[in-house]
Amino acid sequence: MLRLEHTVTKLDGFTLRADLTVKPGRRLAILGASGSGKSTLLNLIAGFVLPDEGNVIIGGLDRSRASVADRPLSILFQDSNLFPHLSVFDNVALGLRSDLRLDGDQRACVSDSLAQVGMDGMESRLPGSLSGGQQSRVALARMLLRDKPLALMDEPFSALDPGLRREMLDLVAALCDRTKLTLVMVTHDLRDVSGLCTDLCLLENGRIVLQGPLDDILADPPALIRPWL
Amino acid sequence: MRHTIMATAFSLIAAAAAADTPVLSIYSYDSFVAEWGPGPQIEQAFEETCGCDVQFTGAGDGAALLARVRLEGTNSDADVVLGLDTNLMDAAMQSGLFAPHNVTVPELTLPVEWESETFLPYDWGYFAFVHNTDMQDVPGSFAELAESEARIVIQDPRSSTPGLGLLMWVEAAHGDEAGAIWSGLADNIVTVTPGWSEAYDLFLEGEADMVLSYTTSPAYHLIAEEDDSKAAAAFEEGHYLQIEVAGMLAGSDQPDLARAFLDFMLTERFQSIIPTTNWMYPAALPVDALPDGFDTLIMPERALLFDPATAAALRDDAVNTWLTALSR
Amino acid sequence: MADRAQPLTFQQGLGGCVAAGVALVLLGPLAAVALRAEEAARLTGADWAAIRFTVLQALLSAALSVGLAIPVARALARRVFPGRRLLVTLMGAPFILPVIVAVFGLLAVFGRNGWFSQALDLVGLPPIEIYGLHGVVLAHVFFNLPLAVRLFLQSWLAIPTERVRLASSLGFTARDIRRHFELPMLRATAPGAFLVIFLICTSSFAVALILGGGPRATTIELAIYQAFRFDFDLGRAAMLGAVQVGICAVAALLVLRFAIPRALGGSLDREPMQWEAFAGRGRFADGLIILLAALFLVLPLLALVGRGVDAMAGLPPSVWYAALRSLVLATASAALALALALPMAALMARRTRTGLELIGALSIAISPLVIGTGAFLILNPIANPVALALPITGLVNALMSLPFLLRALLPAIQQAEASQGRLADALGLKGVDRLRHAILPRIWPSLGFGAGLSAALSMGDLGVIALFSSPAQGTLPLEMYRLMGSYRTDDAQGAALLLLALSLALFWVFDRGGRLRATA
Repeated sequence: MLRLEHTVTKLDGFTLRADLTVKPGRRLAILGASGSGKSTLLNLIAGFVLPDEGNVIIGGLDRSRASVADRPLSILFQDSNLFPHLSVFDNVALGLRSDLRLDGDQRACVSDSLAQVGMDGMESRLPGSLSGGQQSRVALARMLLRDKPLALMDEPFSALDPGLRREMLDLVAALCDRTKLTLVMVTHDLRDVSGLCTDLCLLENGRIVLQGPLDDILADPPALIRPWL
Repeated sequence: MRHTIMATAFSLIAAAAAADTPVLSIYSYDSFVAEWGPGPQIEQAFEETCGCDVQFTGAGDGAALLARVRLEGTNSDADVVLGLDTNLMDAAMQSGLFAPHNVTVPELTLPVEWESETFLPYDWGYFAFVHNTDMQDVPGSFAELAESEARIVIQDPRSSTPGLGLLMWVEAAHGDEAGAIWSGLADNIVTVTPGWSEAYDLFLEGEADMVLSYTTSPAYHLIAEEDDSKAAAAFEEGHYLQIEVAGMLAGSDQPDLARAFLDFMLTERFQSIIPTTNWMYPAALPVDALPDGFDTLIMPERALLFDPATAAALRDDAVNTWLTALSR
Repeated sequence: MADRAQPLTFQQGLGGCVAAGVALVLLGPLAAVALRAEEAARLTGADWAAIRFTVLQALLSAALSVGLAIPVARALARRVFPGRRLLVTLMGAPFILPVIVAVFGLLAVFGRNGWFSQALDLVGLPPIEIYGLHGVVLAHVFFNLPLAVRLFLQSWLAIPTERVRLASSLGFTARDIRRHFELPMLRATAPGAFLVIFLICTSSFAVALILGGGPRATTIELAIYQAFRFDFDLGRAAMLGAVQVGICAVAALLVLRFAIPRALGGSLDREPMQWEAFAGRGRFADGLIILLAALFLVLPLLALVGRGVDAMAGLPPSVWYAALRSLVLATASAALALALALPMAALMARRTRTGLELIGALSIAISPLVIGTGAFLILNPIANPVALALPITGLVNALMSLPFLLRALLPAIQQAEASQGRLADALGLKGVDRLRHAILPRIWPSLGFGAGLSAALSMGDLGVIALFSSPAQGTLPLEMYRLMGSYRTDDAQGAALLLLALSLALFWVFDRGGRLRATA
């Protein structure tokens, strides 16, 4: 689904080198300390930054130079996932048509995806009147609606309290199971990963120092991963 | 929306109907064409007899008017240009854009002879310093003005016709002494304005004791405002004349109408509109036909005027003399 | 970061095209005038004197406006008092006043017969003399102080509350505040404010001549006027026009190396609550500064009201028609200015380009007389310029207000891009949809402020209409000049007051509209 081939990305004196493969349906957690390059890695996949060397292959095609919108993926940011002036319904509907001119079937799809995240009945509310968890659900609904094969999440739900965060991660896991979504998620907390991700990669100073199936790594934790346990 | 379409349609029809009537296009200065200026009354009066549509266009003041005509060159829509003065006449002649008027000139009431075969005068006035009647020791010459404590406002000769007129006045009255006169006046001059209106406003606001204007200015206050508190100071060396003229363009597509208008310009109908709208002396109207109030104005004993060619030749040097004296 | 990854989109291409078009419309007329010239021009000694005086008075005016604006803005940022909002609005008025109106307002206060001199007379002192370089600078400060105050006030209020609270919890002294908050903020804002005011003052003409007290106060703009009108020397006019553009370019390049001012037109209504912890200090000094600034800026306006109010009811009908025409023209001109500024600002928000900044600043400095005459020369062979007088005036007015509009929009768009740009990218929002969902909702206050400023400037500007007009097309400022030119001083004062009221009302309506839209 996703392959980074010997990519080198230079930004303001920082260099990220990455070689990475994510097979369809797998869910990769990118773990690392602040400044290790995990956000840059995500931005590289998303297309917010372009590689200086190497290729970004998504869905079998070289997308190294493609703009964000032209890549078959959805993104969930840490926050600011919703436009504050648009209703819940419109925020989700933007995922289908950016001019918001939806026909009946499309409107039904929007309502359906809202129902899937448990937000039915809230269509006309504005984001400002929702709780943090509810806002995340709306953003997830849009992700479902866009129906892109690859989902990127940048420390999702980090603003939520631990209980709510767990709930949202479980919701994501359930949605991924149902839709066979491929997921790449940045986190700095290994606890977020369990029950959701299948693979792990650890970044240090702009390099991938460890990667493999999550179960294997947790079964016999190498020294590198110990501080994160 | 429908109203707009209807309105457009109507105006198109009106324009089509009007196309049968010949149009006489007259360029003049802004205050002439203004609602309260002579323009509207003259337009109405001439249209009664000419079977034409008179269209006035305003272009700043006299100097701007000439610049405008020169910019348009031979493509100009104008048939008649009304509002130049003798100081601009030479440049206007040199442009080659004007045609001889071929009008039989009636008896004129100018204080000087009129000779031009291209331009015809329609009104005139004397430049003068205007003051409030309660002013003490009103100066009677440039020398007295220079010696006095009086504060005056004048116009910049580089941007204003009266300003240039004052320069010519000093040159005509004092010739080689002009530089000395200006040096003497330097400490009396409060400021120099770009045009007549700013200067006159400053005077009315009390920023100065005197302002360069016309001997006819007090008539406005007297007749229109019933205020007799303004007067013009008579200078013993005489006063410089401003004669305002009109001419027809060689490129006019209505030469007969243009000539008819110049003819009309010197009739009583046109001339009697001038005093209380343009506040100048008409060029062909006997003194006894002037409205009440004009008899109270000072009448200089000596009229000063350079012929257009001399005025044009003197201009650059006169401006430099002025600049040098006032920049010190 | 995002900068690198953005390919040139349609929207940015549009921005580039608009910028190129603006440059063409501004410089084309200059070229047209130069081409029409019959002989090559040389700059005379008098021209050099005019250039020197122009630069000198502009430097002094800009320095003084910026210098005085700092304490005024600080005082306004720190104090809460009844009428503060009204005062801030009223203090903005001089900037949008027609030049000649403002000069007479100033004279009513500082002239020989003005209130100030009358007060001096009561205590036996001679009246003050306003004419001279100091008079020119005084008038320019009167015009531009409000703009500078507004720029600084904005920056003061933009300092986050949390940081101020942090400072108070750390026991910051006045010096610490200066060092950690005020100096960095001023470094970011002051050079840009200085530049804008400098450029405005370089094209000054009537103010400089009237208050300058004589031909020593000749500016480049007057020399251009003379070249056109008296000498009909188009070569010299074009040459002087080019000198103006050159001064503008040099000044802009020098200043843009330092900084770019922040938003113009964000929330000035915001109560300055965050400074409460420091409010005890300098209360008296702040009060005095606010009082003096208010007197300086508001008294001349009051004088205009006093002079014009009696005549207003009896104004001739043509003045009312002209007022209506001016309102329509100002609104259309503001709409056009917005249509030009939005794509340009959107492009500038994503890529920093000095060329764009230059184009954005150019129209403040370029002579309206050159643009008007050039436009006339270009149009005359193809169409009747008189019939196009109003559209051309609208276009030129829009261009003249463009620099202020860009200043207002650019930072707001930058903020909108920073907070919503990535989300919009991720959703593939482009062109109109991006503008509608990601940008516009975030910039309504700046948009309203910019449109209001643009409309008010257009309303008050005599502009190029004076070169083309026919009697039936006069705008309100032109009609006011016509009244002044026919001895009708009282009516002219009434028209001036009408102009002042309408300009302020236009500004208020747009500004308010933008804010209401933002909170709706």
